[in-house]
Amino acid sequence: MSDWPLWEVFVRAKGGLAHRHVGSVHAPDAELALRHARDTYTRRQEGVSLWVVASAAIIASDPDQSGELFEPAADKVYRHPTFYDIPDVVKHI
Amino acid sequence: MYTTELGKQPNVKPIGPAEDPALLEAFEARVAADEFIEPKDWMPEAYRRTLVRQISQHAHSEIVGMLPEGNWITRAPSLRRKQILLAKVQDEAGHGLYLYCAAETLGTSREEMIEALHSGKAKYSTIFNYPTLTWADIAAIGWLVDGAAIMNQVPLQRTSYGPYARAMVRVCKEESFHQRQGYEAMTELANGTAAQKRMAQDAFNRWWWPSLMMFGPPDENSPNTAQSMRWRIKRDTNDELRQKFVDITVPQAEYLGLTVPDSALKWNDDKGGYDFGEVDWDEFYAVVRGEGPVARERMTARREAWEQGAWVREAAAAHEAKRRKRAAA
Ligand SMILES: [Fe+2]
Ligand SMILES: [Fe+2]
Repeated sequence: MSDWPLWEVFVRAKGGLAHRHVGSVHAPDAELALRHARDTYTRRQEGVSLWVVASAAIIASDPDQSGELFEPAADKVYRHPTFYDIPDVVKHI
Repeated sequence: MYTTELGKQPNVKPIGPAEDPALLEAFEARVAADEFIEPKDWMPEAYRRTLVRQISQHAHSEIVGMLPEGNWITRAPSLRRKQILLAKVQDEAGHGLYLYCAAETLGTSREEMIEALHSGKAKYSTIFNYPTLTWADIAAIGWLVDGAAIMNQVPLQRTSYGPYARAMVRVCKEESFHQRQGYEAMTELANGTAAQKRMAQDAFNRWWWPSLMMFGPPDENSPNTAQSMRWRIKRDTNDELRQKFVDITVPQAEYLGLTVPDSALKWNDDKGGYDFGEVDWDEFYAVVRGEGPVARERMTARREAWEQGAWVREAAAAHEAKRRKRAAA
């Protein structure tokens, strides 16, 4: 018998925080994936909510294209507030 | 230890097409700058292979490591100790799972790794091929074996392969309880009756040297250390970690009133650490070759557990198939 499908596990540490990727589990279906995720990743109150997502369903960007994708942002410093000189005497801005 | 290269041969050069020197150079530069390498990034074949071997060996050690302790769950001396031991053994199962997942991101499958373990092809830490004869052994394991594991794993939180480093962060968070419960159990024995004190010393005598062996062969016999350090797969050499372990553990033993079973042990003011006797490397290599006192027993137990759990895996798969059929109808 070959391996069960892989599921990515996301945990919300507490109310108000986003779910965060913590690892993965193998399981035959979503329900068992949730149970395995609970036993594997939340033995010490690490979370209040769990997501499992079939790993095959995740579409990832290609690291070879990270240049084209992310570098253009590097020379757009004017998108940051620190780019603008405002005299010290002007307050609350 | 879990992660030491257990083979004595240097890694052979990758077979197949030569790797693009520009890619290789970029990779080396990233690693040298302490960047993390992620699963889909380009990496040299030898890096991938070394990691698969190291991470799967580490995972197998966690899984086989449950056996010596599992052996004592039903015989723990109190309900408190039983709960603690159950939780620790469950943690070790978790550690194995985190690590298998990390290895799988490199393109190996869980099935292949389990198969390699059960066929005897894959190695695991030599420490788990020693028997747990008395309750004091459980205390000694927590203190010494998990202590050595921590020493080895803490620097691996900064290992260059992202999924491995993240698994180590999780493992290290859980490992401290393992060591502390062991030391606490040892303290009780060391402060107990004369018979309990003898038991504590006896367990200490038997586990001390095998614990030192967990850090792997001496640096001069560890041909792949330099490469692994350059790739930031390993962050300290075997001998450095072993020295650190001795320096930290000897005062802990003294506090318990236990005698370190090494007549050569002596504080060395100049180096600010202990000098200690030679590890029996013949014994180490014999255990690596599978001649450890309970090596066969361990593998039999693993295979039996796998085979006896087959019906559960089959039932789960059948259940899923049935549900899918129903959903399609
Ligand atoms: Fe562990
Ligand atoms: Fe542990």
